[in-house]
Amino acid sequence: MDFVTNLLNIICYVPLVGVLVIIFLLRRGQTAAIKTVATVTAGLDFALSLPLWFLYVPDGPAFQFAYVHEWIPSVGAKYHFGVDGISVLLILLTTLLGFISVYSSFSAITHREKEYYVFLLLLQTGMLGVFMSLDFVLFYVFWEVMLVPMYFLIGVWGGPRKLYAAIKFFLFTLVGSVLMLVGILALYFYNSTGLEAVGLSGLGNAPTFDVTELFKIAPQIPPNLQFWVFLAFFVGFAIKVPMFPFHTWLPDAHVEAPTAGSVILAGVLLKMGTYGFIRFSLPLLPDATHKAQWWVVLLAIIGIVYGALVAMAQKDMKKLVAYSSVSHLGFVMLGMFALNHQGLAGSVLQMINHGLSTGGLFLLVGIIYDRRHTRMLSDYGGLAKVMPIFAMLFMIITMASIGLPTLNGFIGEFTILVGAFNRSITWAVLAATGIVLGAAYMLWMYQQVFFGEITHEENKTLKDLSLREQWTLIPLIVLCFWIGLYPKPFFRILEPSIKRVVQVVDADYAKSPVVQLAAPSTRAQER
Amino acid sequence: MRADLIALLPELVLAVLGMVILLAGLATGKSRNRAIGAGAVLSLAVTGVALWLAAGATDPAARFFAGMFALDHFAVFFKVLFLLSSALVILLSLDYLERNDYRPGEYHALVLFATVGMMTMASGTSLATIYVGLELMALSTYVLAGYFRREVKSHEAAAKYFVLGALSSGILLYGLSLVYGTTGTLDLAVLARTLGTGGVPTATLVGVALLACGFLFKVAAVPFHVWTPDVYEGAPTPITAFMSVGPKAAAFAMFLRVFVGGFGPLDDQWRWLVGAAAALTMVWGNIAALTQDNVKRMLAYSSIAHAGYALVGLVAGGPGGVQSVLFYMLVYTVTNLGAFGFVIMLESRGYAGETVQDYAGLSRKHPLAAFGMLLFMLSLGGIPPTAGFMGKLFLFAAAVNAGYVWLVVVAVLMSAVSLYYYFRIVLQMYLRDGDEAQPAPLVEAPWTERVIWACGFAVLLIGLLPAPFLAAARATVGVLGGP
Repeated sequence: MDFVTNLLNIICYVPLVGVLVIIFLLRRGQTAAIKTVATVTAGLDFALSLPLWFLYVPDGPAFQFAYVHEWIPSVGAKYHFGVDGISVLLILLTTLLGFISVYSSFSAITHREKEYYVFLLLLQTGMLGVFMSLDFVLFYVFWEVMLVPMYFLIGVWGGPRKLYAAIKFFLFTLVGSVLMLVGILALYFYNSTGLEAVGLSGLGNAPTFDVTELFKIAPQIPPNLQFWVFLAFFVGFAIKVPMFPFHTWLPDAHVEAPTAGSVILAGVLLKMGTYGFIRFSLPLLPDATHKAQWWVVLLAIIGIVYGALVAMAQKDMKKLVAYSSVSHLGFVMLGMFALNHQGLAGSVLQMINHGLSTGGLFLLVGIIYDRRHTRMLSDYGGLAKVMPIFAMLFMIITMASIGLPTLNGFIGEFTILVGAFNRSITWAVLAATGIVLGAAYMLWMYQQVFFGEITHEENKTLKDLSLREQWTLIPLIVLCFWIGLYPKPFFRILEPSIKRVVQVVDADYAKSPVVQLAAPSTRAQER
Repeated sequence: MRADLIALLPELVLAVLGMVILLAGLATGKSRNRAIGAGAVLSLAVTGVALWLAAGATDPAARFFAGMFALDHFAVFFKVLFLLSSALVILLSLDYLERNDYRPGEYHALVLFATVGMMTMASGTSLATIYVGLELMALSTYVLAGYFRREVKSHEAAAKYFVLGALSSGILLYGLSLVYGTTGTLDLAVLARTLGTGGVPTATLVGVALLACGFLFKVAAVPFHVWTPDVYEGAPTPITAFMSVGPKAAAFAMFLRVFVGGFGPLDDQWRWLVGAAAALTMVWGNIAALTQDNVKRMLAYSSIAHAGYALVGLVAGGPGGVQSVLFYMLVYTVTNLGAFGFVIMLESRGYAGETVQDYAGLSRKHPLAAFGMLLFMLSLGGIPPTAGFMGKLFLFAAAVNAGYVWLVVVAVLMSAVSLYYYFRIVLQMYLRDGDEAQPAPLVEAPWTERVIWACGFAVLLIGLLPAPFLAAARATVGVLGGP
């Protein structure tokens, strides 16, 4: 057992070991022990994922820590794990948020604890597997494995309309992913035997689902096939992101999910879709990506503005944050489909940022919900007087979400806008309105909750944050400042991976001397 | 002659042992339920050994009884599957028979005779052999469907099954006679050669179409499916489980043999027909299942839908299509037997077990079995890491490869729809709190539970490590001939 070659396996399956321990060694009533095991497992997993940050060599091979093993040899499916810069960051985000969501659930979850932690940890294995898989079948397995625990997290521990929200979440994402499967099969056969019945002869390579092999044939895939496969992938990923107009499951799922479920959902699950685009759609289907660029950007911009406008009209805090996610994910998609270094780098960084700040916001809303059992803005007001620490932490996260300089959101949004600006001034201008609206709805929420007189008697006796609650938030805040003040290490990890994507998707742009990826990072650093 | 008998050894052994069980059951009455059941399982195991010996001693490419019988990899795969599914069904029946106080002798003997019929179908390389096997299987199953004679629903099921089954056999026989009359042969290999030379008369095509209708009837494909829900709902649950796997797989075995093998040269003519039936079956089976509150009825429609998925593989044809159907039959067998096992367990524990609402809160009361049921529902819906996903993956891959992308799009969308009704059960089990009062178990059902665990384990094993099972299905490639 070599630690480094097995590192990804270890990270992926440590939560599963925790699951088995909880299921087989602990009884239902032993809640304290269950919580301890879950926390230790998730914490250990985070600790084990840290070596990725230090051992990953940005300028090294494209995919590192590779682990390949035969799986279904007759169809060419391999058990292939490997990470590049993009997945390293997302894996770290996943293990961090996984730990935080376990740690933050102690007081919120009071019934069926055993199953709860089992599902939470199972979900983590699924998410990590998605970010590590470099084989389409393996990827698809993990992709769908995630659905089931999330369904239960929403359905068992959710709010009043949990059953509806859970099945809606499940079916929406499922419909998308099954179509993606058809796209995967089409690529697979194009690479090998071809699809004779539709008049498409294959390349005659050995059949393989290995993504790194399929990357090699990307330029040869005929435009027609690229278009259909892109469409199939698009439905799967766009529902997951979610992009306008596929977003309707998100507010329901978020509002009904328990706090930890929302944190994971916003922090990690939504990144699955954007990750899918950058990992598969862009490098495998460059031609179709180009042709679809305009349409995707249009949807992204509509999402930015629409999400922000709807968020302004919300009276429920969780719903407001949910719609703000639609807006923020629109930014991520805009940056990605700018198809240049800055846009892509900003897009990936913004995925991390959104995970940190929106994850934080859901934690904060969850904390206040535990105390008052309401999320209506009108039930609050003046909380700054009784809960000063809470008010301060909430302010920092709010600012991070808005994109205030010195905090992470600014770096991400700015880099995305630079990328978009490079392509079209109009895009950048339209997207920038989203930032203004974002500031409006976030500050509006903050003001209603924290300022003014205390209008409700119950609010006068609210307790400020406990030490445990503070510690669930502090790591997020530290990271927000770190990315806001010194993003260079993050860009450094991303840089070569992003370059490779741009190289495939827009070879001309990659050659042009004017812009280089180093630009955004150094610029951001100088400021 | 000696080689012929060796090839037929498994069927002979099982038929003889089935008669022994029958006589033993007559001698002991109801008193030795478990012993008779054990004897029946043992008979299947002995037949398995005989199969192993016979397959080892014969040439897979050889034909026996003047070209009417084969013991190739295709036949062996299906025979192993039948022996396995019949053994599981008998294990599921043990507790059930005891509770309902019926005589075990005839029951188990009939299951064994039906198995002999199915095994013959899988081996038949002549339309005559296949038909004889089919009728042996069908007649045994008609009786089994009505075996619990004190229940009115069971009567109705048996009568419907018999009348409609006989009708479909008649259609099949008529098609068969047309094919024989116009080509002068029942041998599938000769048939393929004759048809391959071109100049096929219309009467032959009518015969092929009638055969297709008869086969679609047997696999319960739309629009020949109407008997299924009533029969599945009314029959004793272990027999429903049996009908949904064994005879269905056997029907697919003969469908593949006859259409991919014998009528292979005519595939331009029958593919669109079967393709349309597959699409209709998937759509209607899944949509009708959405509204069912009775679990057995829902599983009946689900089994219709699954026949549709398997037909996709048949339409795809070629080595990929055939092996994916075989693999899918294996997957479907373990999954569906597990799901029905859960229903049987609930029935013997005194839950009504009939409507979806009876499943409320079961995850608290029977966590392990409920987890098994969750796996079966996921597998039927095609969600990884269960066997059902791998089964569908290979089926759909074969169809995409053959150019039937539209059929695959229908299939995947319908799989997504199917999750809705499978998850109604999951929802009741895990998300709803049932009444805390636990009905007193009528009888302990240790064997039923063991079958559920075994099937659950198999579903996960095939889902995670499908390679060896796929290799077994792959060994049959080229056996059928055809294009």
